[in-house]
Amino acid sequence: MISEWIVSILLLLGGLFILIGSIGLIKLPDFFMRLHGPTKATTLGMASVLTAAMVFFANSASGLSVKEILITTFLLITAPISAYMLIKTAIHHKLKAKDGTKGLDNIEKD
Amino acid sequence: MRLEARFRWLPTPFRSLFLFIVWLLLNNSVSVGHIILGALLALLIPLFSMSFRDPQPLILKPGLAFKQLLIVLYDIIVANLQVALLIMGPSKNLRPGFVKVPIDLMHEMPITILASCVSLTPGTVSAEVYPLIKSLNNDDNPTQRYLLIHVLDLDDEQALIERIKVRYEAPLKEIFQC
Repeated sequence: MISEWIVSILLLLGGLFILIGSIGLIKLPDFFMRLHGPTKATTLGMASVLTAAMVFFANSASGLSVKEILITTFLLITAPISAYMLIKTAIHHKLKAKDGTKGLDNIEKD
Repeated sequence: MRLEARFRWLPTPFRSLFLFIVWLLLNNSVSVGHIILGALLALLIPLFSMSFRDPQPLILKPGLAFKQLLIVLYDIIVANLQVALLIMGPSKNLRPGFVKVPIDLMHEMPITILASCVSLTPGTVSAEVYPLIKSLNNDDNPTQRYLLIHVLDLDDEQALIERIKVRYEAPLKEIFQC
């Protein structure tokens, strides 16, 4: 009973974070800012969904399952790499940043 | 910074430990057979793959590394809440910006870890490491390196640089002793 509550709360929290990350993807004005949603909000969202899965299976017939820790670890390792590749490509293509972005002269020509 | 491990048969102690844990987690069991097989694989895989890769700096302060891992995990949760609030708020009030952070780390691996920590924590995504590799001559080590980061809501540039240097870079320098 209590585990059902924990699973539900974790699933709702995870869904909320993933939803906020996706809203950011639509709402924010330029590419560089949009990148912040998927790299952060989604990581924590996935972590709570996976924790919910772990709690759920710990209380079911199949017994404790810990593979979710592995999935979370790999997500945490790969999320910055994909963000880095995306932002590097964006700089290389000279995508327009939002007007009023500070420090644009910090980008060196390549 | 130390590149060579103490024992020749164990060139990368922490990678071996990591492989062992990953093997047990993947099989979802701690039976004797899996422990023996995992230990064997954790010893043999680094030995066979050592000749394919460049030597990486070793973790010299494991306790501090663990503490830093917890700090970064805590920061990830805080970062998510902050970014969620920033995204849901009016996007007109956001002040995005690029900041160049001077870094003292020299080896690629600590720089990679620092860049990943920056990407996962409050409102910052690392974008580039300057100077670019191709602008350098061969075997010519740059004197000063910079990390270009994009900030979602830039308030005080100096405070941000200071925070990254103290909270993430200083512990990395301690851990790898470089």
